[in-house]
Amino acid sequence: MAPVSLKKLVKRYGALEVVHGIDLEVKDREFIALVGPSGCGKSTTLRMIAGLEDVSGGTIEIGDNVVNDLPPRARNISMVFQSYALYPHMTVGENMGFSLKIAGRPPEEIKEKVADAAAILDLTHLLERRPSQLSGGQRQRVAMGRAIVRRPDVFLFDEPLSNLDAKLRTQVRTEIKKLHARMQATMIYVTHDQVEAMTLSDRIVIMRDGHIEQVGTPEEVFNRPLTKFVAGFIGSPPMNMDDVTVADGKLVFASGATLPIPPKFRQSLTSGQKLTFGLRPDDFFPAGHGLNSGDAEAVAELELPVSITEPLGNETLVFVGFNGRDWVSRMLNPRPLPSGQSIKMSFDLSQAHLFDLTTGKSLVA
Amino acid sequence: MKLSRLSAPVLLLFPAFLVLAAVVVVPLALSFYSSFTPFRLTKPESLYVFIGLRNYITVISSWDFWVAFGRTVLFLTIALNAEMLLGLGLALLVSKAVRGQRLLRTLMMFPMMFSPVLVGFQFKFLFNDNIGLINNALQSLGLTDQAIPWLINGNLALFSITVAEVWSSTSVFAILILAGLLAMPRDPIEAAHVDGCTPLQTFRYVTWPYLMPFAFIAMTIRSLDVARAYDIVKIMTDGGPAKRTELLWTLVGRTAYGDARMGMANAMAYFAIVLSILFTVYFFRKLAAARQQIGAEW
Repeated sequence: MAPVSLKKLVKRYGALEVVHGIDLEVKDREFIALVGPSGCGKSTTLRMIAGLEDVSGGTIEIGDNVVNDLPPRARNISMVFQSYALYPHMTVGENMGFSLKIAGRPPEEIKEKVADAAAILDLTHLLERRPSQLSGGQRQRVAMGRAIVRRPDVFLFDEPLSNLDAKLRTQVRTEIKKLHARMQATMIYVTHDQVEAMTLSDRIVIMRDGHIEQVGTPEEVFNRPLTKFVAGFIGSPPMNMDDVTVADGKLVFASGATLPIPPKFRQSLTSGQKLTFGLRPDDFFPAGHGLNSGDAEAVAELELPVSITEPLGNETLVFVGFNGRDWVSRMLNPRPLPSGQSIKMSFDLSQAHLFDLTTGKSLVA
Repeated sequence: MKLSRLSAPVLLLFPAFLVLAAVVVVPLALSFYSSFTPFRLTKPESLYVFIGLRNYITVISSWDFWVAFGRTVLFLTIALNAEMLLGLGLALLVSKAVRGQRLLRTLMMFPMMFSPVLVGFQFKFLFNDNIGLINNALQSLGLTDQAIPWLINGNLALFSITVAEVWSSTSVFAILILAGLLAMPRDPIEAAHVDGCTPLQTFRYVTWPYLMPFAFIAMTIRSLDVARAYDIVKIMTDGGPAKRTELLWTLVGRTAYGDARMGMANAMAYFAIVLSILFTVYFFRKLAAARQQIGAEW
């Protein structure tokens, strides 16, 4: 059980710098997710924490120790790999007990700890099998079992669910969450799937091109994204965004369509300012079919044509033509909407986001 | 008319059977038969005298044969183990090479490109007690002032042959094991590092089990190869001095063509083949076990 601290952490491959001096404090027993598109440096960062990649600059501390130059075995960490990385020539039980065997623990103790871990992960009946005889989900559970028998200070997960099918993914996700509650250990979890990051973690670190864009709780990064990138990355379906110009107390879109300036921004905007306007599908809905933020004054309404609909049962995603392209809207208590029909759409502007066009930074910090 | 009554499959397979019979079945049967006769090349009519198992009994009770047999097994064991260790070392080193790995792999195969006869001549020269490079080097370095009789002392001669054999064939192991190393997934090794293994433990518990099938394939191929060693020995010592480097096949060759006792030589040869088969079966068993262990899907 230990905090992890990254200070000005840099990774270079030759002349190519892929992680640009990131700072991050992971608290003791915290579940933190590193999330971002592929190539953003999240896996590299995790592998540096594990000791599988050399650190090119800055420091990594686990507990009170700088671990930059320690080999992985001296860091008291466990890692779960995307490809499971089980030892094919060992049985499930041997796989799970391997680290204890290497540490020279007595066989009875190994047996007991493996049995405990197997019971937690429902692997008891598989202990004698070999990895090649297991399904993907079972293999991933064995990989987790191997990680937990050691009771490490820090658990590292490198996209552990990516090789599983959708149904298993949800199952194992729940198991990981339970595991965190039970183990009370620091966990760092890398994923490109923002849903995994949102559902699992205490805090999310959103990375892009080797920089950290934002660190915050799932609620913070969803409701108060600091940058346009974070706003677009978190949330499914993604936030609707388009460029606007401020003119005559209105937001003017490229097509000439206008919306009133959202109340919370009225004092701060100047005429001629160029911005990006963003509104989540939850805050843009067929009139009467959305969540009410309570600020009726902030709701603007426009007649817009339906282009297609995607019914999901409890809700329907409605794509409506606005500013020359399709904006996504989440329709609660859905009713059938024929394509081409014009309907009255509500823009809940109290929930709108505005980003600086050049820096991409959010206007309200 | 009669031919056309045979069914198409039989007709189509007939040429293949004919060729196989001519080049494999007939010689095999003939040699097997002749091992039950006192056939000598100088007395063709002796091929028709049937003497039962007498050749085999002579072979079994011949001290020279068993010495050659034992020496072959010893030679095989030493050569294979040395090649295995050196090949493994070489493969591990080459797999670590960041640059020029392709070039190294090609270089590594050079010894395999030379005819064993030429290798024999080359090592005969290297080990020559008078003008050989090795004695020359040892003397120049001041390690000895004697001319070491590499190919004349009985024990040293077998050692010299082993060196030549190992030099020419270590790359078989190196290449097969390197193939295993390159095909091996990285993740289990990284998992082992995280699980607390030192580099040595990682090799012992993760890398080596994975490489074992490749090593056993090389062992199988090479055991057949070494068990029929003839050319290098023939060139370097011709079984001498005083039969101290006589191996199974040089003995067979000498009996067959030197003494012209073809029937006896064939009886020995069948013994030698049994030895080869035993080694192959042994290594294939090991291979199957190792493959099953790593859950290989090939």
